[in-house]
Amino acid sequence: MKLATTEFTHAHQFDDNAQQLDAASLGMWVFLLTEIMFFGGLFCGYAVYRSQYLPSFEAGSRLLDITFGATNTAVLLASSFTMALAVRAAMMRHRKALMTFVALTMLLGLAFLGIKFFLEWVPDWRDGVVPGLHWAPSVEVVQHVARHSGAVLARVEMFYVFYFFMTGMHALHMVVGLGIMTYLLLKARTGALTCGHFAPVEVSGLYWHFVDIIWIFLFPLLYLIGGRY
Amino acid sequence: MSAHVVPVKTYAAIFATLLGLTALTTGVAFIDLGPLNTVAALTIAVVKMLLVALFFMHLRESPRLTKVVVIAGLFWLLLLISLTLADNLTRGWTPVPSGWQSGATQSQP
Repeated sequence: MKLATTEFTHAHQFDDNAQQLDAASLGMWVFLLTEIMFFGGLFCGYAVYRSQYLPSFEAGSRLLDITFGATNTAVLLASSFTMALAVRAAMMRHRKALMTFVALTMLLGLAFLGIKFFLEWVPDWRDGVVPGLHWAPSVEVVQHVARHSGAVLARVEMFYVFYFFMTGMHALHMVVGLGIMTYLLLKARTGALTCGHFAPVEVSGLYWHFVDIIWIFLFPLLYLIGGRY
Repeated sequence: MSAHVVPVKTYAAIFATLLGLTALTTGVAFIDLGPLNTVAALTIAVVKMLLVALFFMHLRESPRLTKVVVIAGLFWLLLLISLTLADNLTRGWTPVPSGWQSGATQSQP
Protein backbone atom coordinates (compact mmCIF):
# COMPACT_ATOMS: atom_id res chain seq x y z
CA MET A 1 0.00 0.00 0.00
CA LYS A 2 1.27 3.44 -0.91
CA LEU A 3 1.39 5.76 2.10
CA ALA A 4 0.36 9.40 1.96
CA THR A 5 3.56 11.36 2.38
CA THR A 6 2.60 14.84 1.18
CA GLU A 7 3.26 17.33 3.96
CA PHE A 8 0.01 18.80 5.25
CA THR A 9 -0.66 22.47 4.60
CA HIS A 10 -3.54 24.44 6.09
CA ALA A 11 -6.71 25.34 4.16
CA HIS A 12 -6.47 28.72 2.42
CA GLN A 13 -8.74 30.61 4.86
CA PHE A 14 -6.27 30.06 7.72
CA ASP A 15 -3.00 31.86 8.43
CA ASP A 16 -1.12 28.70 9.40
CA ASN A 17 -1.52 25.08 10.54
CA ALA A 18 -1.70 26.07 14.22
CA GLN A 19 -4.63 28.42 13.59
CA GLN A 20 -6.53 25.73 11.70
CA LEU A 21 -5.97 23.31 14.58
CA ASP A 22 -7.20 25.89 17.12
CA ALA A 23 -10.32 26.49 15.01
CA ALA A 24 -11.01 22.76 14.76
CA SER A 25 -10.67 22.13 18.48
CA LEU A 26 -12.75 25.22 19.35
CA GLY A 27 -15.49 23.94 17.05
CA MET A 28 -15.41 20.57 18.80
CA TRP A 29 -15.59 22.23 22.22
CA VAL A 30 -18.68 24.20 21.14
CA PHE A 31 -20.32 20.91 20.10
CA LEU A 32 -19.32 19.38 23.43
CA LEU A 33 -21.02 22.31 25.24
CA THR A 34 -24.31 21.37 23.55
CA GLU A 35 -23.67 17.85 24.85
CA ILE A 36 -23.06 19.26 28.35
CA MET A 37 -26.47 20.96 28.17
CA PHE A 38 -28.09 17.70 26.98
CA PHE A 39 -26.61 15.58 29.77
CA GLY A 40 -26.98 18.57 32.14
CA GLY A 41 -30.75 18.39 31.72
CA LEU A 42 -30.64 14.73 32.75
CA PHE A 43 -28.39 15.48 35.74
CA CYS A 44 -30.73 18.31 36.74
CA GLY A 45 -33.82 16.07 36.51
CA TYR A 46 -32.00 13.42 38.53
CA ALA A 47 -31.16 16.00 41.24
CA VAL A 48 -34.81 17.15 41.44
CA TYR A 49 -36.28 13.63 41.72
CA ARG A 50 -33.54 12.45 44.06
CA SER A 51 -34.19 15.34 46.45
CA GLN A 52 -37.91 14.49 46.50
CA TYR A 53 -37.65 10.66 46.60
CA LEU A 54 -34.44 10.37 48.63
CA PRO A 55 -35.02 7.03 50.49
CA SER A 56 -36.30 5.34 47.31
CA PHE A 57 -33.36 6.60 45.23
CA GLU A 58 -30.94 5.37 47.92
CA ALA A 59 -32.63 1.95 47.93
CA GLY A 60 -32.38 1.86 44.12
CA SER A 61 -28.73 2.92 44.18
CA ARG A 62 -27.86 0.09 46.58
CA LEU A 63 -29.28 -2.43 44.12
CA LEU A 64 -26.53 -1.55 41.60
CA ASP A 65 -23.30 -3.55 41.64
CA ILE A 66 -20.53 -1.20 42.82
CA THR A 67 -17.78 -3.62 41.64
CA PHE A 68 -18.89 -3.43 38.01
CA GLY A 69 -19.32 0.35 38.31
CA ALA A 70 -15.81 0.88 39.69
CA THR A 71 -14.25 -1.58 37.22
CA ASN A 72 -15.93 0.17 34.31
CA THR A 73 -14.69 3.55 35.59
CA ALA A 74 -11.12 2.20 35.57
CA VAL A 75 -11.60 0.68 32.08
CA LEU A 76 -12.91 3.97 30.70
CA LEU A 77 -10.10 5.99 32.32
CA ALA A 78 -7.60 3.57 30.76
CA SER A 79 -9.22 4.14 27.36
CA SER A 80 -8.83 7.90 27.86
CA PHE A 81 -5.16 7.32 28.66
CA THR A 82 -4.60 5.32 25.46
CA MET A 83 -6.55 7.98 23.51
CA ALA A 84 -4.25 10.70 24.85
CA LEU A 85 -1.29 8.58 23.75
CA ALA A 86 -2.90 8.13 20.30
CA VAL A 87 -3.11 11.93 19.87
CA ARG A 88 0.51 12.18 20.99
CA ALA A 89 1.55 9.52 18.45
CA ALA A 90 -0.25 11.42 15.66
CA MET A 91 1.58 14.63 16.66
CA MET A 92 4.90 12.81 16.56
CA ARG A 93 3.97 11.18 13.22
CA HIS A 94 4.24 7.59 14.46
CA ARG A 95 1.76 5.76 12.24
CA LYS A 96 2.10 2.33 13.87
CA ALA A 97 1.87 3.74 17.40
CA LEU A 98 -1.20 5.79 16.41
CA MET A 99 -2.96 2.70 15.02
CA THR A 100 -2.01 0.62 18.08
CA PHE A 101 -3.33 3.19 20.55
CA VAL A 102 -6.57 3.78 18.60
CA ALA A 103 -7.11 0.00 18.50
CA LEU A 104 -6.41 -0.27 22.25
CA THR A 105 -8.89 2.57 22.91
CA MET A 106 -11.51 0.66 20.91
CA LEU A 107 -10.82 -2.58 22.80
CA LEU A 108 -11.20 -0.83 26.16
CA GLY A 109 -14.39 0.87 24.93
CA LEU A 110 -15.77 -2.53 23.87
CA ALA A 111 -14.80 -3.98 27.28
CA PHE A 112 -16.78 -1.18 28.97
CA LEU A 113 -19.85 -1.86 26.82
CA GLY A 114 -19.49 -5.61 27.39
CA ILE A 115 -19.42 -5.24 31.18
CA LYS A 116 -22.30 -2.77 31.04
CA PHE A 117 -24.49 -4.94 28.84
CA PHE A 118 -23.79 -8.55 29.82
CA LEU A 119 -22.95 -8.15 33.51
CA GLU A 120 -25.35 -5.33 34.43
CA TRP A 121 -28.21 -4.77 31.99
CA VAL A 122 -28.96 -8.44 31.25
CA PRO A 123 -29.17 -9.37 34.98
CA ASP A 124 -31.26 -6.19 35.49
CA TRP A 125 -33.66 -7.44 32.83
CA ARG A 126 -33.89 -10.83 34.61
CA ASP A 127 -34.59 -9.03 37.91
CA GLY A 128 -37.45 -7.25 36.15
CA VAL A 129 -36.25 -3.79 37.17
CA VAL A 130 -36.32 -2.35 33.63
CA PRO A 131 -39.12 0.26 33.74
CA GLY A 132 -42.16 -0.35 31.55
CA LEU A 133 -45.94 -0.61 31.47
CA HIS A 134 -45.97 -3.75 33.62
CA TRP A 135 -43.14 -3.15 36.05
CA ALA A 136 -42.64 -6.44 37.88
CA PRO A 137 -39.42 -6.53 39.91
CA SER A 138 -38.30 -9.86 41.38
CA VAL A 139 -39.09 -10.92 44.97
CA GLU A 140 -35.51 -10.10 46.04
CA VAL A 141 -35.84 -6.53 44.76
CA VAL A 142 -39.23 -6.08 46.46
CA GLN A 143 -37.79 -7.40 49.75
CA HIS A 144 -34.74 -5.16 49.45
CA VAL A 145 -36.95 -2.08 48.99
CA ALA A 146 -39.22 -3.16 51.88
CA ARG A 147 -36.19 -3.33 54.23
CA HIS A 148 -35.26 0.25 53.35
CA SER A 149 -37.35 2.56 55.54
CA GLY A 150 -39.23 5.21 53.59
CA ALA A 151 -38.59 3.63 50.19
CA VAL A 152 -41.56 3.17 47.84
CA LEU A 153 -41.42 0.61 45.02
CA ALA A 154 -42.98 2.93 42.41
CA ARG A 155 -40.37 5.59 43.23
CA VAL A 156 -37.55 3.05 42.91
CA GLU A 157 -38.88 2.54 39.37
CA MET A 158 -38.27 6.28 38.83
CA PHE A 159 -34.66 5.76 39.91
CA TYR A 160 -34.36 3.04 37.30
CA VAL A 161 -35.86 5.33 34.64
CA PHE A 162 -32.98 7.72 35.23
CA TYR A 163 -30.45 4.91 35.58
CA PHE A 164 -31.31 3.28 32.26
CA PHE A 165 -31.77 6.52 30.35
CA MET A 166 -28.52 8.09 31.58
CA THR A 167 -26.34 4.99 31.24
CA GLY A 168 -28.12 4.17 27.96
CA MET A 169 -27.43 7.61 26.46
CA HIS A 170 -23.85 7.32 27.68
CA ALA A 171 -23.48 3.89 26.05
CA LEU A 172 -24.96 5.29 22.81
CA HIS A 173 -22.25 7.97 22.85
CA MET A 174 -19.67 5.21 23.34
CA VAL A 175 -21.02 3.38 20.27
CA VAL A 176 -20.74 6.61 18.23
CA GLY A 177 -17.20 6.98 19.63
CA LEU A 178 -16.33 3.46 18.44
CA GLY A 179 -17.55 4.45 14.96
CA ILE A 180 -15.27 7.51 15.02
CA MET A 181 -12.35 5.32 16.17
CA THR A 182 -12.99 2.93 13.25
CA TYR A 183 -12.81 5.91 10.87
CA LEU A 184 -9.55 7.07 12.50
CA LEU A 185 -8.08 3.58 12.19
CA LEU A 186 -8.91 3.37 8.46
CA LYS A 187 -7.63 6.90 7.85
CA ALA A 188 -4.46 6.34 9.91
CA ARG A 189 -3.68 3.23 7.85
CA THR A 190 -3.11 5.39 4.75
CA GLY A 191 -0.70 7.63 6.66
CA ALA A 192 -3.01 10.63 6.15
CA LEU A 193 -3.06 11.43 9.89
CA THR A 194 0.69 11.29 10.42
CA CYS A 195 1.86 13.85 7.85
CA GLY A 196 1.26 16.87 10.08
CA HIS A 197 -2.56 16.78 9.95
CA PHE A 198 -3.52 15.41 13.35
CA ALA A 199 -6.58 17.63 13.97
CA PRO A 200 -9.02 14.73 13.28
CA VAL A 201 -7.28 12.66 15.98
CA GLU A 202 -7.23 15.62 18.37
CA VAL A 203 -10.98 16.42 18.04
CA SER A 204 -11.96 12.72 18.15
CA GLY A 205 -9.92 12.55 21.34
CA LEU A 206 -11.86 15.52 22.76
CA TYR A 207 -15.12 13.66 22.10
CA TRP A 208 -13.84 10.42 23.66
CA HIS A 209 -12.56 12.22 26.79
CA PHE A 210 -15.88 14.06 27.09
CA VAL A 211 -17.79 10.77 27.16
CA ASP A 212 -15.34 9.66 29.85
CA ILE A 213 -16.12 12.79 31.91
CA ILE A 214 -19.87 12.04 31.73
CA TRP A 215 -19.16 8.61 33.21
CA ILE A 216 -16.93 10.19 35.90
CA PHE A 217 -20.13 11.90 37.14
CA LEU A 218 -22.57 9.05 36.47
CA PHE A 219 -20.54 6.61 38.59
CA PRO A 220 -20.78 8.50 41.93
CA LEU A 221 -24.30 9.84 41.28
CA LEU A 222 -25.82 6.44 40.44
CA TYR A 223 -23.64 3.91 42.28
CA LEU A 224 -22.01 5.67 45.23
CA ILE A 225 -24.09 8.36 46.92
CA GLY A 226 -26.86 5.93 47.91
CA GLY A 227 -24.49 4.82 50.68
CA ARG A 228 -22.97 1.37 51.09
CA TYR A 229 -22.30 1.35 54.82
CA MET B 1 -3.79 24.26 21.01
CA SER B 2 -0.44 24.39 19.31
CA ALA B 3 1.36 21.18 18.46
CA HIS B 4 2.91 20.82 21.89
CA VAL B 5 3.96 17.26 22.69
CA VAL B 6 3.39 16.34 26.34
CA PRO B 7 5.75 13.66 27.78
CA VAL B 8 4.26 10.17 28.28
CA LYS B 9 5.28 10.43 31.95
CA THR B 10 2.80 13.30 32.49
CA TYR B 11 -0.08 11.32 30.95
CA ALA B 12 0.88 8.24 33.01
CA ALA B 13 0.96 10.30 36.22
CA ILE B 14 -2.50 11.76 35.44
CA PHE B 15 -3.87 8.28 34.67
CA ALA B 16 -2.46 6.91 37.96
CA THR B 17 -3.98 9.83 39.87
CA LEU B 18 -7.37 9.23 38.20
CA LEU B 19 -7.27 5.54 39.20
CA GLY B 20 -6.30 6.53 42.75
CA LEU B 21 -9.21 8.97 42.97
CA THR B 22 -11.59 6.27 41.68
CA ALA B 23 -10.42 3.93 44.47
CA LEU B 24 -10.76 6.77 46.99
CA THR B 25 -14.32 7.73 45.98
CA THR B 26 -15.36 4.05 46.00
CA GLY B 27 -13.82 3.58 49.47
CA VAL B 28 -15.47 6.72 50.88
CA ALA B 29 -18.90 5.35 49.81
CA PHE B 30 -18.51 2.59 52.43
CA ILE B 31 -18.01 5.07 55.30
CA ASP B 32 -21.03 6.86 56.79
CA LEU B 33 -20.35 10.60 56.62
CA GLY B 34 -23.99 11.70 56.43
CA PRO B 35 -24.59 14.43 53.81
CA LEU B 36 -20.81 14.77 53.41
CA ASN B 37 -20.82 11.53 51.36
CA THR B 38 -22.48 13.35 48.47
CA VAL B 39 -20.14 16.35 48.87
CA ALA B 40 -17.05 14.09 48.87
CA ALA B 41 -18.24 12.07 45.84
CA LEU B 42 -18.98 15.20 43.80
CA THR B 43 -15.76 16.97 44.82
CA ILE B 44 -13.68 13.97 43.72
CA ALA B 45 -15.67 13.80 40.45
CA VAL B 46 -14.97 17.50 39.77
CA VAL B 47 -11.24 17.00 40.44
CA LYS B 48 -11.22 14.03 38.03
CA MET B 49 -13.08 16.10 35.41
CA LEU B 50 -10.51 18.90 35.74
CA LEU B 51 -7.59 16.46 35.35
CA VAL B 52 -9.10 14.93 32.21
CA ALA B 53 -10.02 18.33 30.71
CA LEU B 54 -6.76 20.13 31.53
CA PHE B 55 -4.32 17.38 30.60
CA PHE B 56 -5.96 14.76 28.34
CA MET B 57 -8.07 17.35 26.49
CA HIS B 58 -5.14 19.82 26.37
CA LEU B 59 -7.22 22.65 27.84
CA ARG B 60 -4.11 23.73 29.76
CA GLU B 61 -2.30 24.57 26.51
CA SER B 62 -5.38 25.83 24.65
CA PRO B 63 -5.85 29.45 23.59
CA ARG B 64 -7.71 31.72 25.99
CA LEU B 65 -10.73 31.80 23.66
CA THR B 66 -11.24 28.04 24.07
CA LYS B 67 -10.93 28.32 27.85
CA VAL B 68 -13.51 31.14 27.98
CA VAL B 69 -15.94 29.09 25.86
CA VAL B 70 -15.59 26.08 28.18
CA ILE B 71 -16.01 28.17 31.34
CA ALA B 72 -19.12 29.84 29.81
CA GLY B 73 -20.60 26.40 29.13
CA LEU B 74 -19.97 25.18 32.69
CA PHE B 75 -21.41 28.44 34.05
CA TRP B 76 -24.61 27.86 32.05
CA LEU B 77 -24.83 24.33 33.43
CA LEU B 78 -24.44 25.74 36.95
CA LEU B 79 -27.32 28.18 36.26
CA LEU B 80 -29.52 25.35 34.96
CA ILE B 81 -29.03 23.19 38.03
CA SER B 82 -28.82 25.86 40.76
CA LEU B 83 -31.88 27.86 39.65
CA THR B 84 -33.96 24.68 39.23
CA LEU B 85 -32.98 23.47 42.70
CA ALA B 86 -33.47 26.97 44.16
CA ASP B 87 -37.14 26.60 43.21
CA ASN B 88 -37.50 22.93 44.04
CA LEU B 89 -35.75 22.77 47.41
CA THR B 90 -37.45 25.88 48.86
CA ARG B 91 -41.10 25.15 48.02
CA GLY B 92 -42.05 24.20 51.58
CA TRP B 93 -40.47 27.30 53.12
CA THR B 94 -43.40 29.72 52.83
CA PRO B 95 -46.85 28.54 53.93
CA VAL B 96 -49.80 28.75 51.55
CA PRO B 97 -52.05 31.63 52.79
CA SER B 98 -55.00 30.18 54.73
CA GLY B 99 -58.54 31.17 53.81
CA TRP B 100 -57.52 31.69 50.23
CA GLN B 101 -60.69 30.02 48.89
CA SER B 102 -63.03 31.97 51.16
CA GLY B 103 -61.44 35.28 50.19
CA ALA B 104 -64.45 36.25 48.05
CA THR B 105 -66.85 36.24 51.02
CA GLN B 106 -64.38 38.10 53.25
CA SER B 107 -64.15 41.00 50.84
CA GLN B 108 -67.84 41.84 51.30
CA PRO B 109 -68.27 45.40 52.61
